[in-house]
This record gives sequence, C-alpha cells and structure tokens, in this order.
Amino acid sequence: MESNRPLPIPTPNSEPFWKGLANHQVTLQQCNDCAAWVFYPRSHCNGCLSPNLTWTEVTGNGTLYSYTVARRPTAPQFADDIPQLIVVVELNEGVRLNSVMINVAPEALIIGMAVKPVFHLQNSATLLYFEPA
Amino acid sequence: MGLKGRAAVTGVADYKNVRKYTGKRKFFLEQWAELTQLALADAGLSKQDVDGLCCAAIPESTMFAPATIAEYLGLQVNFAETVDLGGASPVSMIWRAAAAIEMGICEAVVCAAPGLPIPSHPNPPPKDPTRVYGSTSAKWGSPQAEYDVPYGNVAQNAGYALIAQRYAAIYGYDERALAKIAVDQRTNAQGNPNAVFYGEPITIDDVLQSKMIADPLHILEIVMPCAGGSAVVVVSERLAKKCKHRPVFVTGFGERLTTRSVTYAEDMTVSPVGPAAAGAFAMSGKKPKDVDVLEAYDCYTITVLLTIEDSGFCSKGEGTAFVNENDLTFSGSFPVNTHGGQLGAGQAAGMAGGMSQPVEGVRQIMGRADGRQIANCNAALITGTGGIMSEQSAIILEGA
Ligand SMILES: [Zn+2]
Repeated sequence: MESNRPLPIPTPNSEPFWKGLANHQVTLQQCNDCAAWVFYPRSHCNGCLSPNLTWTEVTGNGTLYSYTVARRPTAPQFADDIPQLIVVVELNEGVRLNSVMINVAPEALIIGMAVKPVFHLQNSATLLYFEPA
Repeated sequence: MGLKGRAAVTGVADYKNVRKYTGKRKFFLEQWAELTQLALADAGLSKQDVDGLCCAAIPESTMFAPATIAEYLGLQVNFAETVDLGGASPVSMIWRAAAAIEMGICEAVVCAAPGLPIPSHPNPPPKDPTRVYGSTSAKWGSPQAEYDVPYGNVAQNAGYALIAQRYAAIYGYDERALAKIAVDQRTNAQGNPNAVFYGEPITIDDVLQSKMIADPLHILEIVMPCAGGSAVVVVSERLAKKCKHRPVFVTGFGERLTTRSVTYAEDMTVSPVGPAAAGAFAMSGKKPKDVDVLEAYDCYTITVLLTIEDSGFCSKGEGTAFVNENDLTFSGSFPVNTHGGQLGAGQAAGMAGGMSQPVEGVRQIMGRADGRQIANCNAALITGTGGIMSEQSAIILEGA
C-alpha cells in the first residue's frame, strides 16, 4: 500500500511550502497589509484578500487542537498505518493544519499538548508530521 | 424581508430504505420521474401544474442536470436549480423553491433526491482509485487534495471524530448522552416500517460496546448507508388550496457556509447551523420553544448534539445534560428525528438522506406519521448538514 499513498502535488502557488518542508523548514505566508498568517498557501490573503503575501520561515511549533485515533483505515491506502493518529495542529502563529502524530502512544494524546514538527519523507514528498515537544 | 410563509409543501414521496437493494435498478432520471409522479399524486396535483424543479447532481449527466430532468419528465419550468450543498442540499432546495414561488416565478416546484442503485454498466469503466476518498476532492489544485488527503483526513468519519474529540476537551464528554441520541432515534425507527432498523431497538450499552471506528465515534453513532430516495412538492398558496392534505408552509429559512474542511473552522465545536437556525427562527417569528419537533440532520450523534445546542434549544456546552433530561422519542418531551433519523432509518444514497428530515417534518405536521405521530404537531425546525459541518441550512415548517 505504501506505493499507493496519495501525495501532494504542489501547485505554482504552494511550491515554496513543499520545497521548504523538503529542506526541513516550515514556511508560511504572511499578509503585508493586515499581518494575518495564511495557511494553506493562497494567491490572496483570506483575511483581507490582499495579494501581497510574503513567505516567512516559522518554527513549526504549536499545540494539539484535536485528534482522532482511526481504528479502521480512512481509506485503503492507509491500511498499514492503523491506528492512524489523525490530528489538527494549531501553529503558534494561530493557523491550523491537518497532520499525523508520531512517536507517541494514542493514550498519551492530550488536546492542548505542545507539539513540534517532524519532516516525514513519504516516497518523493516531505510531509509535515508532528511529535510531542 | 424573507419569506411570508406563502409557499407550502403539499406532497411527499419516498422509497423504503433498504440496506441490500434487490429490486429493479433505476437511473436517477427514472427515479426522478417516479418520485415526481408519486409526490404529485400525494398532493393531488398533475404534471401540468409543475413549473419548477430543484435537483442535486445526477450521475447520468454531470452538467445540465435540470434541463436533462425537465426533458425526461416532459416539463417546462420557469425556475431550475442544481443545489450543491452536500447533505444540506434537500433543505436548501426547499427554501429556494419557496422563495421562487413567493417571488411569483413559479407555482409548483418538485425537489427530489433519488438514492436507489443505478443499473450496472455493461462495460464498466476502470475504477477511479480516488473514489475511496468519498466526497473529499483528490483533484490537483483542490486544497483538500494537497492538505487533507496526504494525512489521511479523508471522507467523513475522521472529521466528525475531530469535532467530537475537541468538544470533549472543551465541554466534557458524557458518552452515554451521545449514545442516548442514537438509542432514542432507534426507538423512533420502531414506528417507521420504512426504516432499515425497524424491528431492531438498541440500548445505550449496545452503542458503547459497538466497534470504535474513530475515537470517540462508535459504529452505532454513524449512519448506515442504504438505498432509498424521496421527493417533496412545494406549491403556491393558491395551488395549496386544491391539495389533499394539510398544507405545510415554509415560514423561515437560513443558510450558512464557512469552510469545506472543518480543520479551518473558527471554532470546531460550533456548528454553522447556529446562524442558519437563527435566521430561520427570526424570519418565521418563532422561537426554539415554539417548535414541536426537531428533524435534525444526523450523520453522527455529535451532529445532533451540536445542532441542539447551536440552534438554541439549550446553552452551549449543556447539550449532553439536555439530552439526558429529555426523552427524544416521538412521545417524549423533545422529539428529535421521529422517523428514526438517518441513524435509525438509514442514510439513503446520493443526497437522499438529507431529504428524509423534511419529509418527516411534513408528515408530522400533516398528521400522517402513523405509528410515530406526535400529538398536535404544528411547527418543526428542519436542519441540513453538508460535508464536515461545511454547509448548514435550516427551515421552519408550519401547518396551516
Ligand atoms: Zn490580509
């Protein structure tokens, strides 16, 4: 199933984000006009619709906003990962993203816990996973 | 502003929900024709009265669905709409129909949601491997394909589990109260011979001992997919006078969309059903205490809990206490999903699951809910939920 894993296909707009991860850097867009942090990568700020966004490196640190322990694969492509620790992380900048927690037992997951990034190589892509900080 | 309550549902039709459909397979166009014929007969109207239609996508024709349906049924319509709001589509079809009628564009609008299996293709095209992601888009350029799918956050279970887990952390989690929602609705299904779980009541322990799918959701807190399908006909006040049953007027509606992926919701524990229901109540001049039944979209138990709270039936965070204090069955203190809901009656395919709630609200107000009839049912709040709390709509139905 590993080879069937769905991987992100960067778009012209999101390429800096994925390239950053490949270099073990978490980069986010920030709006020059309203200072909002923007995730996922966009052409325009979702706070004020300004097109003036600047890529900035951040720590990637954050907290666990929510999680679930999928006891059955959410899709057959994830059958090898059961139980899947599907999580939502809120980065220190306030934006949220989907991820996977590793290096932690399901019972040890606590909403609000501090987490830090793990650059997870999946086939040709680097995904942003997290582990306890 | 808003509806004056001059459009009414006067006819309904539905197929019996079945888990393993063995009957004749029918294309959605065929089901549209059949459900329309049945709903018009139920209302006491003829095809010549119909001058509007609201549909969701049909598998036979990914574009031009309304014209294809009009042509197949031999209709000439002044109003046609394809509604793309997931599980909220049927409720949203009904308010659009009512609004078009009040504007004087049309007088009789059929809203249908087929959900029986279509005939097997003689030369099946190769399977699309992304089909397993359900409604999650895996197309290039879709934010979901890029930021949800690679992390396994696909289809519905994970998203609703994330909501429930966050709710638990903020407000506490009485799992027996959540289970009671499924149990009370299952009790309601015992009064509905068309429900997939007719004849199969359950207990709270059954729910809590059922398989954990994605913490904290047990399999008995998740809808059972089935075959089915239903339709309603919405008409003007003038035509309503000609119809056979007590007209059920659409007196208020609201709709709210925020995010496709609940990950980006402002607060994952607060459903956009709040503003949708508030809009519906304000338009109708009703308050939560004025409705006799809540027919709430119920893909999961947590969806019902959040709908009860955010529609204003109790304060935020007090939903589980409210569920414990109330009997949600048709003879209880706060009837919810009197047909069993989709948890108890099954979630018919396509968009049909979400049509079951308005159909049941109409039957209750018409006084035609047989073994599950609420005494003196005059007003109902009906909600629809699409995606992962992505799309919410609400209507108030009132008997004449
Ligand atoms: Zn901005």
